[in-house]
Amino acid sequence: MKINLDFGAILERWPSFVSGAIMTLELAVIATVLGTAIGVLGAIARRSGHPVATRVAAFYVESIRNTPLLVQIFLVYFGLASLGVKFPAFTVAAAALTINVGAYTTEIIRAGFDAIPKAQIEAAEGLALSKPQIYWHVVMLPAIEKVYPALTSQFVLLMLASSVTSQISAEELTAVANYIQSDTYRAFETYILVAIAYVALSLVMRAGFYGLGLVMFPRRRRLGTPL
Amino acid sequence: MSDIANVATGATVVALTNVHKSFGPLKVLDGVTFDVARGDVLCIIGRSGSGKSTALRCIDRFETIDSGEIVVCGRKVHDPALDLRALRQDVGIVFQSYNLFPHLTIEENITLAPTCVKGTSKAEAREQARAALAQVGLSDKIQHYPEQLSGGQQQRAAIARSLAMRPKVMLFDEVTSALDPELTGEVLKVIEGLAADGMTMVMVTHEMGFARSIADRVVFMHRGKVHEHGTAAVLTTPTTPELAQFLGTGL
Ligand SMILES: Nc1ncnc2c1ncn2[C@@H]1O[C@H](COP(=O)(O)OP(=O)(O)OP(=O)(O)O)[C@@H](O)[C@H]1O
Ligand SMILES: [Mg+2]
Repeated sequence: MKINLDFGAILERWPSFVSGAIMTLELAVIATVLGTAIGVLGAIARRSGHPVATRVAAFYVESIRNTPLLVQIFLVYFGLASLGVKFPAFTVAAAALTINVGAYTTEIIRAGFDAIPKAQIEAAEGLALSKPQIYWHVVMLPAIEKVYPALTSQFVLLMLASSVTSQISAEELTAVANYIQSDTYRAFETYILVAIAYVALSLVMRAGFYGLGLVMFPRRRRLGTPL
Repeated sequence: MSDIANVATGATVVALTNVHKSFGPLKVLDGVTFDVARGDVLCIIGRSGSGKSTALRCIDRFETIDSGEIVVCGRKVHDPALDLRALRQDVGIVFQSYNLFPHLTIEENITLAPTCVKGTSKAEAREQARAALAQVGLSDKIQHYPEQLSGGQQQRAAIARSLAMRPKVMLFDEVTSALDPELTGEVLKVIEGLAADGMTMVMVTHEMGFARSIADRVVFMHRGKVHEHGTAAVLTTPTTPELAQFLGTGL
């Protein structure tokens, strides 16, 4: 058996690969930032004890966690279309990915909040801090620190999963690959390159999270135990 | 309003009157009455489970009571309309497990509440932190993180954190129980210093020798009741057999 690989025609298209990779990274960054915000709010809602807020958050989390990402993307895509509004594929993809990762992030951050000892919160209450101040100054950072590795994995996973937005023609890495392989008839070579590109993007993201961790958790930096 | 002003200028800082509190079917406080005068140190002693911590926690409204009255610095703690955060600005509380915020330096631990709650400027709060740390003998640890400190140092830092809020009364719940004798000594020295400065304090303690030397008043709790109440002399000459037995058996 002999495999005949020829990357020539594909490598000529490198500018397309680069722009696809950039869009993938953009999608990942947008969904990470907005998803974190949703995750924090969702986790607070789930723990609030407020009957409506708790249920809304639980419904959101469960409906996202129990449906496929691709179906969610189609729901956003065709949902917006049926309302007669036309958004670029990129916007739809970013929105769907954000909604998706926000649910998982809610659960992860909730676990982080739950891991903060009650005594910490009592100490803060004893110092007359208000509830929002306690969340912001006492609970948030240690909670995120505790689940930081899980969050990192989740967001890297999201970046990889963003490949399914090629289905609605968002011009990210996988969509670019689909065009190129159908132009060049060099499918295997194309996807080898794409796989390598995803690995590179993963490494970039992990490095980014490592760096962000150094900034966010100065204690770990000082004590020499970065996450 | 005049009511508050009166009590606030009066001599009584903490007053519990016929306080009852149950956890489910378990009666923990069964008509507890005692008060603490300004500048006094009140030590609460008693067996494990006798309700000491619960009584202390009720003063800062970490527990709500079923009936009775608690007045602290002129505030009705039993009143559902109590301004909780105002109460907690007047009352400092320190627990057995120091509960410093692990992600903040000692300085940040101390400046957090004054800047957030009182609106003290950062610079002034730092100045206060320095002063509070000097008071507990920890000036050289100001930039450390809690985990870099020994238990005794963490407990002293926790005391400094409370002091920085300039409370009118300090509550201590077995603050030395997690410490070995040497570290216990350094924490007790800090508390002695506070007593000498005239701080009003309520402390739950198992350190009988210390209670004997520092307490102006002693409350012996037994089965949710104040079984004996008096000056530190009751620790040497108890009048009830229960207290005599408690003291005799050590803990
Ligand atoms: N939140 C709670 N829920 C249910 N029961 C409680 C709670 N807190 C305390 N108790 C019970 O109330 C009783 C009194 O507890 P408390 O902590 O006041 O005792 P203590 O005198 O401080 O004892 P120790 O010396 O062991 O600290 C105990 O039987 C305890 O189990
Ligand atoms: Mg106790």
